[in-house]
Amino acid sequence: MNPLPSALHSDSLHSDLVALSPLILLAGSAVVVMLAAAFYRHPRPVMMLTLAGLVLSFASLFLSQGIGSRQVTALLVLDHYALFFIGLIVAATFVVAVLCYRYFGGSESRHEALYILLLLAALGGGVLVASSHFASFLLGLELLSISLFALIAYPRFTERPLEAGIKYLILAGFSSGLLLFGMAVVYAQLGTMQFAKIGTMLTAPDQALELYGLAGLALIVTGVGFKLALVPFHMWTPDVYEGAPAPITAFIATVSKGAMLALLLRYFLMAGAHQSQPITLALSLVAVTTILVGNLLALLQDNIKRILAYSSIAQLGYLLVGFLAFDPLAIEAVAYFLTAYFVTMLGAFGVVTVLSGGFNNGSEGESHRVAERDSDRLADYASLFWHRPWLAGVFTAMLLSLAGIPLTMGFIGKFYILTAGVEASLWIPVIALVVGSTIGLFYYLRIIAVMCAPSSQAITEPTMRPVASPSLGESVTLAALTLLLIWLGVFPAQLIDVLEGTVVDLT
Amino acid sequence: MILSALIFILVAGGLLSWMANRWHPDAAKWVALATVGIELVLTIWLWLQSASAMALPAHGGWLAETRAEWIPRFGVSFHLAMDGISLVLVVLTAFLGVVSVACSWTEIQERAGFFYLNLLWTLAGAVGVFLAVDLFLFFFFWELMLVPMYFMIAIWGHENRQYASIKFFIFAEGSGLFMLVSILALVFVHYRGTGVLTFDYFELLNTAMSPSTELWIMLGFFIAFAVKAPIVPFHTWLPDAHTEAPTAGSVILAGVLLKTGSYGLLRFVVPLFPEAAGYFAPVAMALGATGVLYGAFLAFAQTDFKRLVAYTSVSHLGFAVLGIFAWNPWSLGGAVMQMIAHGISTGALFVIAGILQERTHTRDMRRFEGLWSVMPRLAAMGLFFAISALGLPGMGNFVGEFLVLMGLYRASSVLASVAAVAFVASVVYALALVQKTFHGENTHGWKLHDLSSREMATLCSMAAITLWLGLYPQPVLDAAPDIANSPPAVAAAHQEGNAE
Repeated sequence: MNPLPSALHSDSLHSDLVALSPLILLAGSAVVVMLAAAFYRHPRPVMMLTLAGLVLSFASLFLSQGIGSRQVTALLVLDHYALFFIGLIVAATFVVAVLCYRYFGGSESRHEALYILLLLAALGGGVLVASSHFASFLLGLELLSISLFALIAYPRFTERPLEAGIKYLILAGFSSGLLLFGMAVVYAQLGTMQFAKIGTMLTAPDQALELYGLAGLALIVTGVGFKLALVPFHMWTPDVYEGAPAPITAFIATVSKGAMLALLLRYFLMAGAHQSQPITLALSLVAVTTILVGNLLALLQDNIKRILAYSSIAQLGYLLVGFLAFDPLAIEAVAYFLTAYFVTMLGAFGVVTVLSGGFNNGSEGESHRVAERDSDRLADYASLFWHRPWLAGVFTAMLLSLAGIPLTMGFIGKFYILTAGVEASLWIPVIALVVGSTIGLFYYLRIIAVMCAPSSQAITEPTMRPVASPSLGESVTLAALTLLLIWLGVFPAQLIDVLEGTVVDLT
Repeated sequence: MILSALIFILVAGGLLSWMANRWHPDAAKWVALATVGIELVLTIWLWLQSASAMALPAHGGWLAETRAEWIPRFGVSFHLAMDGISLVLVVLTAFLGVVSVACSWTEIQERAGFFYLNLLWTLAGAVGVFLAVDLFLFFFFWELMLVPMYFMIAIWGHENRQYASIKFFIFAEGSGLFMLVSILALVFVHYRGTGVLTFDYFELLNTAMSPSTELWIMLGFFIAFAVKAPIVPFHTWLPDAHTEAPTAGSVILAGVLLKTGSYGLLRFVVPLFPEAAGYFAPVAMALGATGVLYGAFLAFAQTDFKRLVAYTSVSHLGFAVLGIFAWNPWSLGGAVMQMIAHGISTGALFVIAGILQERTHTRDMRRFEGLWSVMPRLAAMGLFFAISALGLPGMGNFVGEFLVLMGLYRASSVLASVAAVAFVASVVYALALVQKTFHGENTHGWKLHDLSSREMATLCSMAAITLWLGLYPQPVLDAAPDIANSPPAVAAAHQEGNAE
């Protein structure tokens, strides 16, 4: 034909690149940061570069959004849904990077590699939420998980992070194995690895998931269930959350879980997995047990990080209730709840980070004593209200949001999830949600009650340790998160408008 | 506009008094007093404005309205409206606000700014509950008022405050979530029928649904209101919370928060689900009558002054529940009257308990005795409000209980006679309270100073209102029948017209 096709081709290449720009920028900044760290080893410029890369990537989302929904090769689809979650991941990574700086010793210590790993993990998350093919699914997942092993065990001279890292390594490896096997089995039946093709094949009249396909789907759900810490597969969560450095815990709780859930939702809707009766039944059972077990086990804990770990298990259970409705409202509900969950968890672990001494990269000898652990025992928070009122206020707001009390995003999120559940008449999961959040109140209130205990008891408390004062960046971040939490909790309409746009592509 | 002002004045006043505490330790309470003072003046002005409208027999019922878009995605709007019954309850809230600031004047010394923030925000939440006519907004305020109340009990409460505050919060919040599920179910039933997604009270009235759906949805609402009201099997949080709360907290709990429960029954349960409420009424009335007797008997067995008063609340509000479910003009008027009169008289008894505790550091009635000779003014006030609580004619409680019994007799003569037994029981506990505390010899050698002029003014104004309610109850009763505009009441009124 004429020159037209080639012009078209270069045109489409151009828009492909624009559509991919958020991911390309993330990858690019990882390389730039690596080179920068190799030639000029100072954490401050490295962190600044990281933050700049994240901001650029976030800004390019708007560029990419202008093109509209776009399938880039068979592997990735950059629709509004993907862009929304990439934005969420990039923003969360930004917050985590800010929180890491003082915690890992500021300009005194050599922790530049941390930022490279963070960027790579964010890239993995971004690929996950945009993937429409098993290959990119696995690629994103491994990129995320492998960066996470290193991040969890980053303070490598301390016992707990190392232990947590190894636990995570073994479980993540195991779950990836399950996932791969599941994908292989689905491929064996259907002969394709593209989500959309799987979906169309299954809607064909005489096609349905046979035993193979069903087993494959079950294996995939199990693999993802490990990553999401849904209940029969949740054992690793509290240990890893407790052992990992606090900002990295925030990253696992938000980015890693959020990306997986976004992917799972896309897979279910595109590949038509929600039409499979046994799988949805199993998932609703998982949702109910996740909610109940998560909340009940949280009651037994005395460690803030473990309480938050079980609380995050329960929150994922709530998310599944919305997830199970499988309609446009459900996607909106999941997206809103996840956003609320991101803000809340980042805020809560942010407070834990700020209160902890952090790790000064123990290689530097006596002058930088390595902290044995984070400030994560309940006693560390006694009467926080009276000697650090702002910090306690932020933490209270986050806990109330997790409990779903009005004026916070958590309330609107829970309302959204309940709306989706009631609309789809999922009565049993909805009742489990109500019962679960009533139980949950108890441990959130317990933390709040400890924080507002009279200060006279705290002074005699032998466990009180000198607490670090937060850096400017940390204070600004926490304040911004709290304001966002309340602003979007009172005026959610703006975010809902955005979400309504993201849903269109997926259904 | 004025309706949102009623809420925002309290919110802003709370923030202001919190900040005021920074530059002067005494500033917080003056700011708080000014705030509730303005609120009270405003509500009384509203009442006077609307008094003429309410006296007309055939008015539309709604005196003022404010509406603004909030979350269009769900058809949620910021919709406030006021009719006679919400007006009366808002006036009660504002008045008890003044009382509770006055009774914390010397009691709260530590972190006063934060205390008044919580106090005023609780009041703001309660006013919001009384005014909201959008179900989402209603639920929003319903949950919102719990948090500051939780802090009031957990920080400034007495010995066992942790237990009491957490129990209070879990009961209220857990039952509230059932209501949220019910609200959503109602909204979606309406959406499927009409294609309109809305949380607006007026649009959801007369939603068509099958009897069993209606019953289930109603039960969700009922549980939330039954916990707050309180109706008997759900009342166990109440004695703990009332006993452990600081004085102002007890006054607000008894006077305002409990009223939100019976208000919810009156405003939402019966009008939204007339059929279901109709065949559920015998159960609800039986529970109410049980509460009346059970509360009175348990009150008699208490040795803790505040705990005794707390159980009398269970008994008194049982009458309100009976009146609401009997649903005829007399019993409804009686229920509203009972809500107001109970707010004042029980509030006053808690103020007295607070004064005693502040001076003697105990609430154990076995350690009081013969206080009449030491504090004659306080003892006289105690006698007055104890008598008012037992329902002596001439005081507000009598009017309420009498009207409820009269209305109830038409619905069920058996329950009416059972509930009437409570008059005997209440005499027993009220007089036991007076005798154990004030009569006898001063064997413990108490030397206490009597009421200050601030305390005297508080209690005297409450006494005056109790007498006014008892001697000239018409203004409150004018406000009550508003609610009777909905279908079942129309039928009842019709019957009555025929009978005459």
